[in-house]
Amino acid sequence: MQHDEIIWQVINQGHCSYKAKTQQQTFCRNPYNVTGLCNRSSCPLANSRYATIREIDGVLYLYMKSIERAHAPRDLWERIKLPKNYAKALELIDKHMVHWPKFLVHKNKQRLTKMTQYLIRRRRLALRIQPKLVTVPTKLEKREKAREAKAEVAAKLDRAIEKELLERLKAGTYGDIPNVPWRNYERVLDMEAEKGELQDEAEEEDEEDPEVEYVEDYEGEDEDDLEDFDQLAEEEYEDEEEYEEEEEAERRRLNMTSAKRGLTSASKRGALGADDLEDEPQKKPKRRKAHVEVEYEEEREQPSLAQLAF
Amino acid sequence: MAGGGEGRAPKRRGLPSGIKNKVKRGEVHARVQQEKKKEKKQRVLKRKKEEEAAVALGEAPPPKKIPRTIEGTREVDDTLVRPDDQELQAEEAQDEFSGHFARAVAPKVLVTTCRRPSKGLLRFVAELLGLLPGAHFYKRADYAVKQMVQYATARGFTALLVLHENRKRPNGLLLVSLPAGPTAHFRLSSLKLRADIPGAGRPTRHIPELILNNFSTRLGLRVGRQLASLFPQAPQFRGRRVVTFHNQRDYIFVRHHRYIFEERGGRKGGADPGAPVLARLQECGPRFTLKLLSLQKGTFDSKAGEYEWAHKSDMDTSRRRFFL
Repeated sequence: MQHDEIIWQVINQGHCSYKAKTQQQTFCRNPYNVTGLCNRSSCPLANSRYATIREIDGVLYLYMKSIERAHAPRDLWERIKLPKNYAKALELIDKHMVHWPKFLVHKNKQRLTKMTQYLIRRRRLALRIQPKLVTVPTKLEKREKAREAKAEVAAKLDRAIEKELLERLKAGTYGDIPNVPWRNYERVLDMEAEKGELQDEAEEEDEEDPEVEYVEDYEGEDEDDLEDFDQLAEEEYEDEEEYEEEEEAERRRLNMTSAKRGLTSASKRGALGADDLEDEPQKKPKRRKAHVEVEYEEEREQPSLAQLAF
Repeated sequence: MAGGGEGRAPKRRGLPSGIKNKVKRGEVHARVQQEKKKEKKQRVLKRKKEEEAAVALGEAPPPKKIPRTIEGTREVDDTLVRPDDQELQAEEAQDEFSGHFARAVAPKVLVTTCRRPSKGLLRFVAELLGLLPGAHFYKRADYAVKQMVQYATARGFTALLVLHENRKRPNGLLLVSLPAGPTAHFRLSSLKLRADIPGAGRPTRHIPELILNNFSTRLGLRVGRQLASLFPQAPQFRGRRVVTFHNQRDYIFVRHHRYIFEERGGRKGGADPGAPVLARLQECGPRFTLKLLSLQKGTFDSKAGEYEWAHKSDMDTSRRRFFL
């Protein structure tokens, strides 16, 4: 037999596994509870006539139980599917709960409103694009970092880039951009091309290079008696200025050959004048050996700009 | 070589690490090291002598030994192709970037960030705009990538760049080529902005030339083409600006330089005409590294998209296996 009052006394004063007590009020965890509160009127166990709304996979059902079916737990609840349309669902509730206590009808309608709203919200959230957070495993990240550092060392980036640029220069991609010492460059290319044929000749030239020698003034001395060479040199040029003048004259004489080719230092500096890269400190020009001029003519194709398509 | 110390024999003969007595182990180890050093010295001397002898006789010196590197011992990839491969060229003539490389389409890039970008990311964006000649920055606000793809396609953009960050550090780059794809997702690391690079210069506004190094597989060449399609096709060589994408072991190193050609003698007067020309570089920044995580067919679609290639952890079984 169903004794609501006894059940409620047990639940209220004793123990109920659905009861959840907080400081302010007591809640009920029973899924059939229509309000979620633990009190006499909304307890689904202590009321033999009870109605609630439940959501199963996004569909709302009206659940009703009556005392006539209390003896058969299998058939205890009568379930009615509620339409998606809110107004129609309200009508259906009214229709099925005509002679029910006003409290239950009202609470069920309130629950229907709330559940309809959360279903709408749920659908909207599911449709919205949301960023997905992914983990970054520290171990992998560390490994990647180490491998990257090693790959960078192996890449020798600066050298690779310089090499590629020089290859493009050689291929003539740049045409006549101003800062390249073109005349020199072509001369180098010519020299490289003819190197094989020239090799023997070049060796001879090297031997013929006149070298400046300093020899002691008086005859009859052996070569190994040159210890005083430094001293003599110093005596010969009494002060540094005089010595430098001598050097200057020497240099001028040697520069004659390069001047003929129009390659004086001044013009060179002008050609490289676009000083946008960092400057190196200027050093004194080196003394150079006299050169034998050899000119070769050769036609070379200038690859088109389009070759740099990549 | 002495094997074991007194008492028990070491686990592995010949290795001092098996000896349990610390003092003894140290002694043996030192002796082994010394012997190794000696042997090496002798080897080097011997090779040097052989070389000298060969030169004296006018013969070719013995071939130099090639060091074993990871690149040298790379596992053979079936998709390795030469750039002059006919099949490849036919394919490239029809792919999504063919219009760009035929100079029919000028690149126009939309650059954006993740939602609520940090200041650091925006600084990176500013430098990226200096790097890419046809780039425009748009605030992300709350738009989804798909919406931005639609927007950019409708306005004639050819690429969409989305930068991601984690803890205020840029860590990802999504590159969507428009209108037909593909979509590449990169891991971005080791970012250095211009201010952090010592001696960095300010780039000019000339159109830079491109260097793409070491892209050798089908996938690599495709990614290379996609990256190249961000830059206009007619570089202004007067600017002497160069942007490099250098692939090494699947890491794509991105660098931005200005260069100048010089003779080896430097700029001092009267350098001799035989001096070789050399290229001097000045970095302009930004400098960063990319690693491909996935390549998707078509534009961005995280749910139904088809992947041409995606990195999976079981691909990391060998460190001699590379995909680009």
